[in-house]
Amino acid sequence: MNPIDYNKYTATVIVWLLLLTMPFWLPAIGGYSELGTRVVVLGLAAMSLNFLLGYTGVLSFGHAAYFGLGAYGVGLTIRYLVPSTGVGIVAGTLIGTIAGAIIGPMIVRLRGVYFAMVTIAFGQVFFFIAFRWHSVTGGDDGLTDWSRMPINLGFTTIDIQHDARAFYYLVLVVFAIAVGAMAWILRSPFGRTLIAIRENERRARFLGIPVDQHIWIAWTISCCFVSVAGALYALLNNFVDPRALYWTQSGDFVIMAVLGGMRSFWGPLLGAAIFVVLQDYLSSQTQNWMSFVGLFFVLVVLFFPRGVLGIIKRKVAS
Amino acid sequence: MSLLRVENVSKQFGSLIAVNGVSMNVEPGELRAVIGPNGAGKTTFFNLISGFLTPTAGRVTFDNEDITHMLPARRVWKGIARTFQITEVFPELSVRENLRVPVEVAAGHRLSPWLSADDDGEIRARVTDLMDMSGLADKADRLVGELSHGDQRATEIMMALALKPRLLLLDEPTAGMGDQETYDIAQLIRKLHKDQSLTIVLIEHDMRVVFHLADRIMVLAEGAMLAEGTPKEIAANETVQAAYLGKAAA
Repeated sequence: MNPIDYNKYTATVIVWLLLLTMPFWLPAIGGYSELGTRVVVLGLAAMSLNFLLGYTGVLSFGHAAYFGLGAYGVGLTIRYLVPSTGVGIVAGTLIGTIAGAIIGPMIVRLRGVYFAMVTIAFGQVFFFIAFRWHSVTGGDDGLTDWSRMPINLGFTTIDIQHDARAFYYLVLVVFAIAVGAMAWILRSPFGRTLIAIRENERRARFLGIPVDQHIWIAWTISCCFVSVAGALYALLNNFVDPRALYWTQSGDFVIMAVLGGMRSFWGPLLGAAIFVVLQDYLSSQTQNWMSFVGLFFVLVVLFFPRGVLGIIKRKVAS
Repeated sequence: MSLLRVENVSKQFGSLIAVNGVSMNVEPGELRAVIGPNGAGKTTFFNLISGFLTPTAGRVTFDNEDITHMLPARRVWKGIARTFQITEVFPELSVRENLRVPVEVAAGHRLSPWLSADDDGEIRARVTDLMDMSGLADKADRLVGELSHGDQRATEIMMALALKPRLLLLDEPTAGMGDQETYDIAQLIRKLHKDQSLTIVLIEHDMRVVFHLADRIMVLAEGAMLAEGTPKEIAANETVQAAYLGKAAA
């Protein structure tokens, strides 16, 4: 194994060990189970965004839309249709993915800031629907009167409703499937065409890669996994409100990805952890917590453009 | 039967006519050079063939199929590959990875979520062949962005070749190269042309390369065709000498 592969392998093992044992050591350093779950859920959202940003080279500023659709999908399903956590997650994911797949062809011809602007615009459409359609979504008050349901496996029932640790591990299983799928895709021939597009779109086009089509597929995959994250987020809170769809939420995902390191597979997860912990700690100290996160973000972008994980990588390499 | 037929193509940008009614037929196995002073419209003419631009008038036919308005990626699938005047590679990927992308596309795997062990083996073997052919084997795992200009050019040519094209378009393959690098690239092109009887159209400023390699030469000046013929005919053509060669040779 060459040193780079070895480092990547070590990093992956460390990440999984930390995630698997998190409920046991997190309380010891002042955290709590929900905090760990939030890191994993938002980490998945940021990693999904980064599938597009870091590996295809396309910046979406509207991923909250699909995150929020996943969240409303699970909430509405459990409240109005089927009181099942599993069915809810699938429904939320499908809604987010289908919305992404339909909107995709309208935006994939755009590049750079134009792409980002149009993704915001489409995102706001969903925000206003959720905001205005009070009778179904609860409007500004959010969607209440539902909660995650125990998971019945036939031989046993997992009480994710009251056991925060059990819920954490459910989230981790879903996270593992989603992240495993993304890693798989990135190592495939299709994944290499995405990296090719990021590296040099013109060259990719003239190597016979229909760039718009490939970006559309990458976008849809990214929307799929961010809506999985959204569904888990709603289950975590037993609640959804339109802020999950708002463009500032999209901005948070971008901050997490860039903060952690968008050229690294695990970078956005680290970014999400830093973001969530800072938010948790600072918001108990001051209302203006976001200005501190912002300052930290600016410093990282200015001095360490490859993110926090980029710094760690450099330390390990030297 | 011509492999490539370009009939009376023109390209106009606003009031500027970059290419004005140019025609060209390229036979299978031929190596055609396109020469002309700066601003003669050579690269624009190339872009019309590869699909980077579409002509405002005229027709482009490849293997008896009208490709005038076909998308670039589709033209690649038909068998037209190109390089660019300013090297276009994937700078942050290794030589091996740069070559692997077109090899996979050519093998029909661009959308594959996975490869069988057999397919993977074949692709690796093909990438190795391409590196051996061009002397890039010892730089296989270096990032292309860190290589010398000449090696980057060679990588780009091999990427185009990885597509198994029936027509290879090379836009100034030796631009910005020293004597040794120019010689190496010229030998590589000659080998591709002779050994694999690959049809090649190239734009080139270095007249030694052009007269060494080309079967036929087309001369463009101010967007229009000035002359066309064998290297001997072009060397003897007085209009060409006046417009171009005279200045270049002096």
